[in-house]
Amino acid sequence: MADLVFWIVVGVTIVSAAMVVQSKQLLYSAIALLFTFVGVTGLYIFLWADFIAGVQVVVYVGGILVLIIFGIMLTNKITSVNISHTSVQRGIGATVVLGILAGIGFMIINTPWYQVAATEPEQTTETIGRLLMMDYLLPFEVASLLLLGALIGATTLSRKED
Amino acid sequence: MDSLTNYLFVSASLFCLGLYGVITRRNAVAVLMGVELILNSANINFVAFARFSGMNMAGHVYALFVIVLAAAEAAVALAIIINIFNNFKTINVDDVSQLRQ
Repeated sequence: MADLVFWIVVGVTIVSAAMVVQSKQLLYSAIALLFTFVGVTGLYIFLWADFIAGVQVVVYVGGILVLIIFGIMLTNKITSVNISHTSVQRGIGATVVLGILAGIGFMIINTPWYQVAATEPEQTTETIGRLLMMDYLLPFEVASLLLLGALIGATTLSRKED
Repeated sequence: MDSLTNYLFVSASLFCLGLYGVITRRNAVAVLMGVELILNSANINFVAFARFSGMNMAGHVYALFVIVLAAAEAAVALAIIINIFNNFKTINVDDVSQLRQ
């Protein structure tokens, strides 16, 4: 049963990701991106990463996707229903990407991965919090500075000059 | 389903689809979507390696930092795209090859 659910989640993720890069209409791409993010959330749940799964839904689905749809709406005339966008150089692109995929697949199969058995933890949030406040305090503070910079930068860039 | 290679293959496919989007799409917002796919594939790798190396939580912390970076990147990138649209009236990345109008 869990196996079946896992492969369904994988299928949703990959197929909707393919729709993101293939769809002729920009809004359809954005909606397919929603399903990709939800599928990745399912993968996190299978990987016992409950906190990351929650953050994925809040930040990606609730934040970045809304930003992207706003971007689509602000850069097109609202009256043009078919916001189409085309792809170029599909042949070359597909060849390059399939080559890279073959290389990565070869590497994945032939590498003896370091693996340690583990039991499912009760929760992950407490451990993540401890790590953020102790081992990774400096990156944590730098990330807050980065977010402040991004906030100010985005407002300055998109403001009308007066 | 309980095998590291499954997750690595999913992540590799997501990465390649994102790369394909970045290569072939000409709308700047669509290129941004491809970048988001690539960041998600990297995140799957972080969390999968954390899970299969004895629940090493450092991978989760790195995944969190990647999500923070992705949020900041999306905000700044969309601000730049809207600025480009205001100046050039297009967001086709091939038409915007000069720094001045």
